[in-house]
Amino acid sequence: MLYSVADGDYEKWSKPQLERFLIGFVIMLIMGCVGIDFWRACSPFVYFFGVLLLIAVFFFGDYGGGAKRWLEFGSFRFQPSEIMKVGLVMFLAIYYDWLKPANTSKIFWVIIPIIITVLPTALIIPQPDLGTGTIIAMTGVTMMFAAGVHYFYFLIVVFLIPAFLVLLFYSRNTSWQLVTDYQFNRIDTFLNPEKDPLGVGYQITQSKIALGSGGLEGKGFMQGSQSQLDFLPYKHTDFIFTTIAEEFGFFGGVGLLLIYSAILIFCLFSAFKNKNRFGSLLTIGLSTTFFSYFFVNIAAVTGMAPVTGVPLPLISYGGSAMLVVLGIFGLIQSSHVHRLIKKD
Amino acid sequence: MEINYLKKNILDKKFGRRSFLIGSSQLILVGFLIRQIRQIQLNESEKYRLLAEENRIDIEILPPLRGVIFDKKGTILAKNKENYRIKILRDKNINLPNVMENLSKLINISEERKIEIIKKLEKKRSNSSIIIAENLSWIEFKQVLVNLPSLPGIVPEVDLKRFYTKKELLAHLLGYVGVISRKDLKRISTDDPILQIQDFKIGKVGIEKGLDKYLRGQVGLGKFEVNASGKIIRKLAEEPSSSGKDIHLTIDSNLQKFSMLRIKEYSASAVVIDLSNGGIICMVSNPSYDPNKFVEGISQEDWDILLQSKNQPLANKAISGNYPPGSTFKMIVAIAALEDNLINPEDLFECNGFYELEQRKFHCWKYSGHASTDLLKGIEESCDVYFYNLAERIGIERIAKTARKFGIGITPNLPLSGISKGLLPSKSWKKNTKNQSWFTGDTLNSGIGQGYLLSTPIQIAIMTARIATGLEIKPSLLKAIDGKPVKYDKHKLLDIKKSTLDIIRQAMFGVVNNKTGTAFNSRLINETKIFAGKTGTSQIRQISEQERKKGIIKNQDLPRNQRDHALFTGYAPFTNPKFSVSIVVEHGGSGGKVAAPIARDILLYALNGALPSLQEYPAEERNKMNSIINNIKREMISI
Repeated sequence: MLYSVADGDYEKWSKPQLERFLIGFVIMLIMGCVGIDFWRACSPFVYFFGVLLLIAVFFFGDYGGGAKRWLEFGSFRFQPSEIMKVGLVMFLAIYYDWLKPANTSKIFWVIIPIIITVLPTALIIPQPDLGTGTIIAMTGVTMMFAAGVHYFYFLIVVFLIPAFLVLLFYSRNTSWQLVTDYQFNRIDTFLNPEKDPLGVGYQITQSKIALGSGGLEGKGFMQGSQSQLDFLPYKHTDFIFTTIAEEFGFFGGVGLLLIYSAILIFCLFSAFKNKNRFGSLLTIGLSTTFFSYFFVNIAAVTGMAPVTGVPLPLISYGGSAMLVVLGIFGLIQSSHVHRLIKKD
Repeated sequence: MEINYLKKNILDKKFGRRSFLIGSSQLILVGFLIRQIRQIQLNESEKYRLLAEENRIDIEILPPLRGVIFDKKGTILAKNKENYRIKILRDKNINLPNVMENLSKLINISEERKIEIIKKLEKKRSNSSIIIAENLSWIEFKQVLVNLPSLPGIVPEVDLKRFYTKKELLAHLLGYVGVISRKDLKRISTDDPILQIQDFKIGKVGIEKGLDKYLRGQVGLGKFEVNASGKIIRKLAEEPSSSGKDIHLTIDSNLQKFSMLRIKEYSASAVVIDLSNGGIICMVSNPSYDPNKFVEGISQEDWDILLQSKNQPLANKAISGNYPPGSTFKMIVAIAALEDNLINPEDLFECNGFYELEQRKFHCWKYSGHASTDLLKGIEESCDVYFYNLAERIGIERIAKTARKFGIGITPNLPLSGISKGLLPSKSWKKNTKNQSWFTGDTLNSGIGQGYLLSTPIQIAIMTARIATGLEIKPSLLKAIDGKPVKYDKHKLLDIKKSTLDIIRQAMFGVVNNKTGTAFNSRLINETKIFAGKTGTSQIRQISEQERKKGIIKNQDLPRNQRDHALFTGYAPFTNPKFSVSIVVEHGGSGGKVAAPIARDILLYALNGALPSLQEYPAEERNKMNSIINNIKREMISI
């Protein structure tokens, strides 16, 4: 796919991405073989390492595409928020693994995971990265739900969300504005992309044109006029799904979604079968992270959600996201491989 | 252990329930995604497909080539000349100062221009361009082409620009093209897409304007695939433009050149009509201008010079100059009188130098008078008193009616701009415009081509053409369009008795060839080329009684703008008329002395198709003609 959007230039995007994939794949296999207990032991470190990196971004981060999301080590650039997605799941999994089931719904023991979730969320949203922030928060909530926290708490969340949205829009243009103007713009554009078809809304409009013109069967490999003629923005990263759907049509787009869904279903069964509470929580959490990747991405390019800069897992060009997704698969494999090993 | 196991079991069940809920809600959300994709890709596909095509395809209007204008012999008069120019593209990756530095080694660009270009370019959108230099010589252009690899962003282009090969010679006739203006758009009022082309040039004046619809051509449409920044990726389809039609004019550019040189020292105009078909073979107006200056927009400086210079270089005097026809009009009066049998050619009128009407004296140009005058003598010697008598007898309405038959007071149908109708006065005209009654005095003045009467050189040439042929000659300028000869309607016979015309022709023969004729000095001695004509010296000021008594001030003693216009019209050869000519020399003085020799030489050139030979002139004229012809010969080569 990257080969297609690079206008048949293999060297441009495909080659480095293929190299990265191979490296990531090997790492994934190794991670899958490593015992689940090792990962359990790692969990707090990954989480706190992630938090530290986020703080580092806050102070030393690089700008890219209007936001401060990146950390740079020599020639290696990555987004700590990606590590955070995994770290949070791991940490919450170990937390609930450690917590006595009877305490799960006690208020004190509920507040702790909330803090664990809010801390990275609060660090990511001002980057600004509303998308990843939301994903992190939703992942935390999902983990808590999977762990068995009482429905009552989620009911509160369900009521809090509209309240929060009202507060969010109310805060606009005031001294205590909750998110930046940039984020408000993205939301505006999402709500009304035709308002500014050549500005921010251009991306969504062009993306929809690409999708729609693909039709049922698509225009054929490397035949998509929208992507080949550069009408699509970020066609090799965040908007790559549109190229798939333009060139391979409805069959291609939905086919990809079905593959993703199959992975989800596999994870679900794996989590069921897992005798290890850490392992099953980890699997369900990471599959949610994986889900959030592709859901947010595709929802954005189809105009269902604001554009947030979340890549399409395993397909978009970019190193850190790919490594993280493969890492997620590695961890899921590890917990699947070691599903029969009970703690103690 | 048992309890633990139970607990574990409950926990597992709970986890199973919860994870099932999570999993199924995720799948439901995936379902929403699929639903959305289905909506866009299947239900609204048609709409988006169209939008994608609109995105992708850019339709460009391809301008046609303007038709070439030739003279009757195929000499190019107006063509599209290559304009070698170079442009520079806006591209962030280019080191502009460096490129400009390299370029200035090849072509001449001033430092200020360099800075200006860099500044301008930085404001432009990506992939748009600006012109750096135009009208480069081929050598300069070649230098740039060879060095293109070291000049990133530089685009060499060959543009076509209208070029008038004969410059001043045909400026008035051909006119020029210029960028279409809002005023033009209003005038043209068609929806031809050609007019939407930016900076499209249309004919503004002259033939370029009059025949614009032929010369312009049809636009083509190019369908190009473009990328998001508007850069053309490839051509999808092209409906080529069809170039404008080539035009062959009836003009003989050699005769044109000769005539122009012959009237060079005067503010004058000349028209020659080919009597076989009415084709205008020569139409010159002096002074002139270089139409090429107008093509790219004339500079304010040049424009001011043209506006301020004397003798209106911008006007085509041959069609827009309004002059009293003077004595050249006398044929019309005579014809009117003969046709209505109001006189016999032999009828005599006494000329004592003036004609008295209600105590007012109407003078003859000859102070001493012409004594007994019949029609032939009246025309040959141009006796004013004879024509006062005629005019009074026949009245203005008959005069006007006859004048119209000969094209006086009628706008000739020519594809030119600024054609004047002249002025053929009548009783109702005077009532309407001046709110005055028509007096017999007005009729007398009209009878000698003075008073309110105005006509243009082309009208006088048409009149003579009709007298010479007895046919209703209609002038034309078009020989062929797109290589296909333009068909003329056969000229109708004039509604005038042959006997009448014969007498008039005889009189005009006398003007040139009788010793007493007013243009006797301009006669030719070659039997086959003997011509006939009529002089005219039209007065443009009132001469008072006191001045007459003291002696009329001679023309050369008057300020130039009060001197008489010198006119001559004639046709040749007398026995077998081929060409008619009309000359007006503004403030030139006597028609016989100034205009007649010019007319003679032009007719002779038209007949010979080459410079006249001295043998054709009477002996006493040869010395003078020798120097004139030699001068012209020298200059004809140099143009």
